[in-house]
Amino acid sequence: MGLPNKPLGEIKAVRDPEVDEREVDILIVGGGMAATGTAFEVKKWTDASVLLCDKASMERSGAVAQGLSAINTYIGDNKPEDYVRMVRNDLMGIVREDLIFDLANHIDDSVHLFEEWGLPMWKKTEDGKNLDGKAGLKMGTLKSGATPVRTGKWQIMINGESYKRIVAEAAKLALGEENIIERCFIVELLLDANEENRIAGAVGFSVRENKVYIIKCKTMMVACGGAVNIYQPRSIGEGMGRAWYPVWNAGSTYTMAMKVGAELTMMENRFTPARFKDGYGPVGAWFLLFKAKALNGLGEAFAGSDAAKAELEKYAPYGTAAITPTCLRNHLMLFEMKEGRGPIMMDTVTALAAIGETMSKKELKHLESEAWEDFLDMTCGQANLWCAQNCEPEKKNSEIMPTEPYLLGSHSGCCGIWVSGPNFDWVPDSYKWDYKGKVYNRMTTVNGLFSSGDGVGASGHKFSSGAHAEGRICAKSMARLVRDNADFTPTLAQSTQELVDLIYKPVRTYLDNCALTTDETINPNYVKPSGMALRLMKATNEYGAGTATFYQTSSKSLEIVMDLLQTMREDCEKLAAGDVHELMRCWEIDHRIWTVEAHLRHIQFRKETRYPGFYYQADYPGQDDENWFCFVNSKYDVKAKTWEMIKKDYVKIIPDA
Amino acid sequence: MPSYVITEKCDGCKGGDKTACMYICPNDLMVLDPNEMKAYNQEPNQCWECFSCVKICPTQAIEVRGYSDFVPLGSSVMPMLGTEDVMWTCKFRNGLVKRFKFPIRTTPEGAANAYPDLKGKDLDSELLSTEEADGHTIATPAT
Repeated sequence: MGLPNKPLGEIKAVRDPEVDEREVDILIVGGGMAATGTAFEVKKWTDASVLLCDKASMERSGAVAQGLSAINTYIGDNKPEDYVRMVRNDLMGIVREDLIFDLANHIDDSVHLFEEWGLPMWKKTEDGKNLDGKAGLKMGTLKSGATPVRTGKWQIMINGESYKRIVAEAAKLALGEENIIERCFIVELLLDANEENRIAGAVGFSVRENKVYIIKCKTMMVACGGAVNIYQPRSIGEGMGRAWYPVWNAGSTYTMAMKVGAELTMMENRFTPARFKDGYGPVGAWFLLFKAKALNGLGEAFAGSDAAKAELEKYAPYGTAAITPTCLRNHLMLFEMKEGRGPIMMDTVTALAAIGETMSKKELKHLESEAWEDFLDMTCGQANLWCAQNCEPEKKNSEIMPTEPYLLGSHSGCCGIWVSGPNFDWVPDSYKWDYKGKVYNRMTTVNGLFSSGDGVGASGHKFSSGAHAEGRICAKSMARLVRDNADFTPTLAQSTQELVDLIYKPVRTYLDNCALTTDETINPNYVKPSGMALRLMKATNEYGAGTATFYQTSSKSLEIVMDLLQTMREDCEKLAAGDVHELMRCWEIDHRIWTVEAHLRHIQFRKETRYPGFYYQADYPGQDDENWFCFVNSKYDVKAKTWEMIKKDYVKIIPDA
Repeated sequence: MPSYVITEKCDGCKGGDKTACMYICPNDLMVLDPNEMKAYNQEPNQCWECFSCVKICPTQAIEVRGYSDFVPLGSSVMPMLGTEDVMWTCKFRNGLVKRFKFPIRTTPEGAANAYPDLKGKDLDSELLSTEEADGHTIATPAT
């Protein structure tokens, strides 16, 4: 038996990696829905050079990697104003209505492209039946006026197993394979050496060979998803990977932006979706399409009870709106659980029986298939869990439960970066800003730096289609910025050697110290990223409103977790990587810790509980509209290493209906 | 539900230009042991059970076994990815088998229209390229 003192991974890290230095006009960091939108659009507007760096393989990267069973935002016959009202109500009143309205103008164009590229959309026939796959095309395309199958006012059903593959295919064809580097993890953004607050490049590395990438650019779009595995998950063994959102989302978007001084917004907002327990399969189709009800442990449909209505009254007007905000639905569920009336069960049996009454045997068979497709298209593991539990939904109900917290800006959450709105007269001055006299839609407060998808804050409910459309908006803004600033030459403040030393520091730490002990995972001179990941999740879970405390924190707990984070940041200086896969994990945990710090600083600053059901600040229960009906922004000062917390005025653009 | 590789079936994609599972895994988990010419999942607790490796494996050498934290043994879910459909075989712990076929795309692979020749005209408007080509107009909020 050999001693365990050699690195685990197949690609051992070396002290001095190869260096690949490049200069392009436009850099796209990320490869998910937002970045594929940018990739599709950008060459339509410019002949400038473009490069896209994806940490994974675009065909299956990002949140849509395993597919989706629905597109959650398609405007169709609805009014964009109503879309804004829906998002505003779901997020308890404080959102960037300019960004949301602007996006509503473009989302359907992306959805129409998806259908043209080959994504199967379900259609309604004249007699109210559903047609999916190629059969759906008999009704024509959505663009030509065919009627989608809606599960709610905004969602449309698709056969989406290959959703990402299709969208990535168009993006690759549009951008050209030669302008794409896959398995390249960008980890730090770089400011210009001569011009204050101006983006000039990025640095990262290959996760497949010992190589550092240093890329200079005139403008950049960063969209690397949200943050997952930042709080201790409910399953902590193998099941840690069964996160609801993609487990590889490491908060890179927020961390990279904040570390060059970009202003963040609403980082206190989080999402703790209620999903089928452990498998984290989607519940949307069950609630909306199959009309199933959630029951408490006593078999009561608690959400419709008088007690629930009274509880929701406390959060009027949001709580009393036609559609209860996501956080308040969680709040009601948690209330039942805390009162000892758990567990919460999804009554699939009654729902399917009720639908079955009006259906033929063949239609019923199709319905069963639809229920399974909902899982198999986007959460295959939930289907396996049902198989392992001998659960047939028509015969056995399934438990639902709120998950651990996630940070994101495109689903039913809205943390992210503060970006400029479009340059329209109706957009308030406080929502748009210029760079050398011109406004660039979706530009962050760092000149030349853009974001989209999960990266853009205060405008949730974009989902897959909205992220793609927002990425396209960035493409056009960047093309414009390059045209307007033709004389700008990016100059880096750091030398090549300094950047290589920064990126490969965990490798050097490993190589310098690994021979000391017989087991390379236990060494007093360094810490492995796997250990640091558990340390972060334990701290956030216990003090930062994780599942351990039913999502409750307090001022004192926040004080403690801030101290813990500070020590973690110090110890991250001693992260060690023996192989390039582990180097990726080192940088990911660094990104996660910074993102969590922003999240908790925001919670600490906002002295109210704006999102009951997502988190509770025990010292400030309830909402305080008088003092806190505003955005909370934060800005990290790179030079002084200090945080500034800022209140920003909310402007209502769309009146109530 | 971590993916696992069946020793006998995996040939390390030796006839291909890349190791398929290693190419596709969104979390960089699947790796090839070049001496054995076999792939394996190097970090099972970071597996999202996205089935990307299972679907792409040319020898059907990859399957998944439910997370040991909470999934009872004895079930399996296996996809067969075609060009137009995906076929799923779902085996229950009690032996029940369900099969499903779902459409995945309506166009041939590689045929997505990337509008390679489309060039936008007005860079200063807020219209996206295909919107401009379609004569789309941008709405102003009704206040």
